[in-house]
Amino acid sequence: MKKIIKFVITDILRNRTMMVYTLFLLASSFSVFSLEDSNSKGLLSLLNIILIVVPLVSIVFSSIYVYNSAEFIELLVSQPLKRKSIWLSIFGGLAASLSIAFFIGAGIPVLIYQANMIGLTMIVVGIMLSIIFVAIAMLAAVKTSDKAKGIGAVIMLWLYFSLMFDGLVLFLLFQFADYPIEKPMIGISALNPIDLSRIMILLQLDISAMMGYTGAIFKDFFGTFTGISFSIIVLLLWIALPVWYSTHKFNTKDL
Amino acid sequence: MIIATNITKQFGKLKALDNVSTSCKEGECIALIGPNGCGKTTLIKSILGMVVPDSGVITFRGKDIKNQWEYRDEIGYMPQIGRYPDNMTIGQVLDMIKNIRNKKTALDEDLIESFLLREILDKRMKTLSGGTRQKVSAALAFLFNPAVLILDEPTAGLDPLASEILKEKIIKEKGKLILITSHILSELDDVVTRIIYMQDGKLLFNKSIEDLKQDTGEVKLAKAIAQVMKI
Repeated sequence: MKKIIKFVITDILRNRTMMVYTLFLLASSFSVFSLEDSNSKGLLSLLNIILIVVPLVSIVFSSIYVYNSAEFIELLVSQPLKRKSIWLSIFGGLAASLSIAFFIGAGIPVLIYQANMIGLTMIVVGIMLSIIFVAIAMLAAVKTSDKAKGIGAVIMLWLYFSLMFDGLVLFLLFQFADYPIEKPMIGISALNPIDLSRIMILLQLDISAMMGYTGAIFKDFFGTFTGISFSIIVLLLWIALPVWYSTHKFNTKDL
Repeated sequence: MIIATNITKQFGKLKALDNVSTSCKEGECIALIGPNGCGKTTLIKSILGMVVPDSGVITFRGKDIKNQWEYRDEIGYMPQIGRYPDNMTIGQVLDMIKNIRNKKTALDEDLIESFLLREILDKRMKTLSGGTRQKVSAALAFLFNPAVLILDEPTAGLDPLASEILKEKIIKEKGKLILITSHILSELDDVVTRIIYMQDGKLLFNKSIEDLKQDTGEVKLAKAIAQVMKI
């Protein structure tokens, strides 16, 4: 298993896309921190960039990588190797390289300008998001054997998580404005890892005061220890469930 | 050594394998023949665990192969179309597989030598012709001295010289369980001990070569099979 992970990581790190991604993150984080006058404002701008770019790159890159490794996977499956370890090694390799790229590109600048609790949360959340979207991409790739369809599905998923979900939530909020739906909203936010990450970080910044009554309820919940552990557990579930399901699917897939 | 019982596999509407049962003993050399799309490759891939049958059991040395992987250590497989990672060189592919197999015993590098693969070790897989790829596949299948050799259309795409080398190598390995799917059988006359003929996913007959020659009254294997195919 270690051998395959090592092979996948060296293969990905040689890839030019990965270099460009890291450099892009580096450039945007440094420019954001040097443009804004206060570091916490810089962090906020960086947060918005990260929440859009990290899921997109993770999900698209991973799915393309899995499709392009079809031959490699086929070769490995005919060898004395467990299917489970082949699949988990590819997941491990992808997750590790995307996390490394995120850490170099965004983690190091954040540590330079904002080495506090908020900065650390942001790095953890960014790495978690990278891994979550690798897991989702691999699930999509194992479900659809057609490359074009798979990549299309993956882009739709990204659109859903970063744009459409918010639209749905807003719609719900307006429709049920007369009811006390603040508490159920906490549950709904768990259905989208991007939203959950955003809430986790925003609530540690002072601007949560501007979010009105919902913000207060959210702060009451997500600001506590239970709230933070709840979010971390939900994010971990967002990794574990797709990985478990895709491994299960891959085990019975015909190659 | 390998026993398949009532294997059925369906791809959408197509029944690729329809209740196929057969057994292969050590030392046999079995030719798996039949028209294109009759399920030969699917049967081979089921034995390798690359295709999971809908129903039926395959055992290897008495053990069910479902969700097993160790048994593949004893199989050398040469696919019909060898597909390899584009960006790897021949040397890297060989090294990677050696690394995965992690065999302590001596490697059988005959084919690497005779196909002159040493001279092109640093060529990338995507630049290779179909025939050269087949040479790599063949070299990999024989490399670890496996107890079972599964060769799917081994000579397709090879030039006459290379396919002659491969044939000699197969003859040399007599005594192992060898499973070959092929259309060109005339040269394998003296190796093949049993013929399995498949059509539309069904096993039509399963006979030793002597029986077959006797039944059809032909001496040449290819002619005997042609006789059968006409019926």
